[in-house]
Amino acid sequence: MSRPELVAPPEIYYGDSEAKKYTSNSRNQQIQSQMTHRALELLNLPPDQPAFLLDIGCGSGLSGEILDEEGYEWVGVDIAPSMLEVALEREVEGDLFLQDIGQGFGFRPGVFDGAISISVIQWLLNAESSHPTSSPPHRLTRFFTTLHSALRSPSRAVLQFYPSSDDQIELITSIAQKAGFGGGVVVDYPNSKKARKVFLCLFVGGGGGAQSRELPKGLDGEGIEESEAAARFEKRRERERKRDKSGKRKAVKGGKDWILKKKELYRQRGKEDVPRDSKFTGRKRRITF
Amino acid sequence: MVRLITHNLLACHAKGCTTNNFPLVFKDVQLEIRESEMNPEFLRNFYPKLEWDALVKTAEQLGDTSLPKTQPPIESVDEEFLKALHHVLLEIHVEEGAMTCPNCEHRYGIVSGIPNMLLAEHEVA
Repeated sequence: MSRPELVAPPEIYYGDSEAKKYTSNSRNQQIQSQMTHRALELLNLPPDQPAFLLDIGCGSGLSGEILDEEGYEWVGVDIAPSMLEVALEREVEGDLFLQDIGQGFGFRPGVFDGAISISVIQWLLNAESSHPTSSPPHRLTRFFTTLHSALRSPSRAVLQFYPSSDDQIELITSIAQKAGFGGGVVVDYPNSKKARKVFLCLFVGGGGGAQSRELPKGLDGEGIEESEAAARFEKRRERERKRDKSGKRKAVKGGKDWILKKKELYRQRGKEDVPRDSKFTGRKRRITF
Repeated sequence: MVRLITHNLLACHAKGCTTNNFPLVFKDVQLEIRESEMNPEFLRNFYPKLEWDALVKTAEQLGDTSLPKTQPPIESVDEEFLKALHHVLLEIHVEEGAMTCPNCEHRYGIVSGIPNMLLAEHEVA
């Protein structure tokens, strides 16, 4: 997996060309929109009230567009000027700020009904200079404490991010807890390498919603609907596994196609006693005791 | 795109600046009025969260005096009033200019509607 956060700081990595590329990539758009919808689901906002949300690391407004669609008023912050420029061109409705989230927010206490953040806080885990205020724990602490105070009680913040190790998850959750947040990590599709998504689901006060304090369950791709969602990523992997080096599809060993192929081969070689093909060929036997 | 609704939430977050850091004062601003659809329910919801004095003061600075000096209780709010509130909160956009902190005088520049909230290293708390 490529890790842009190891290449350069975000405001430099997302320069003009990268910002355009990022926004116009349709696969990226799709993933971002899925994750935004999932984050909103996890936010568990009361359905009939218009809410005021904070989009942390709003970038070019891919997630903001969905907030617009859903009828939320929102404020977005991001550190990359080029990304914000693209957001301006796309005419999103929310107010945009050029801000380093590791420096903390200056919002009045209790003004936001919730916060979402899509693929952002892994950027906080790299130190850009040796100054004490730019060490990752310091920046995370500043981020979580100011975020906690900006949210009203009860409410939630859902932060999707890409941790590169379990240590990182632990560091982030422990700092969030120290800042006063409840809640924890929700992992969607934990068994898939590609579809796996980590959401930090943080509660302020009771967390809001009916099942307050109880952490929502991650999707595991076992329900029918969910497996369809996962299939987008999983099918290709299956296919790639089946493909041999020449690029042709290879029948799975033991499958019906494979058996028929072998039998055909034996017949061609003149082997005797090759069983005839029928509808039962390659079927599993019933389990009997 | 700094609207007064967000300005009303914004305090200075520089190091050591914890008192008298709200509201930020607009300087040399260029305004743009952009009409948008009113959402009365949202306004009513947001109403208790507003810092009324700061809002009226700032609106006056920007040349809008349609709001009363004291915040009317939410029960007595009518459609006409919500319209005025909607206009002040969500339709006045500050495009260029700056916001300065009344306490530490930190200057947050606004370029093409985006305020620069970045701090220098020594200002980070």
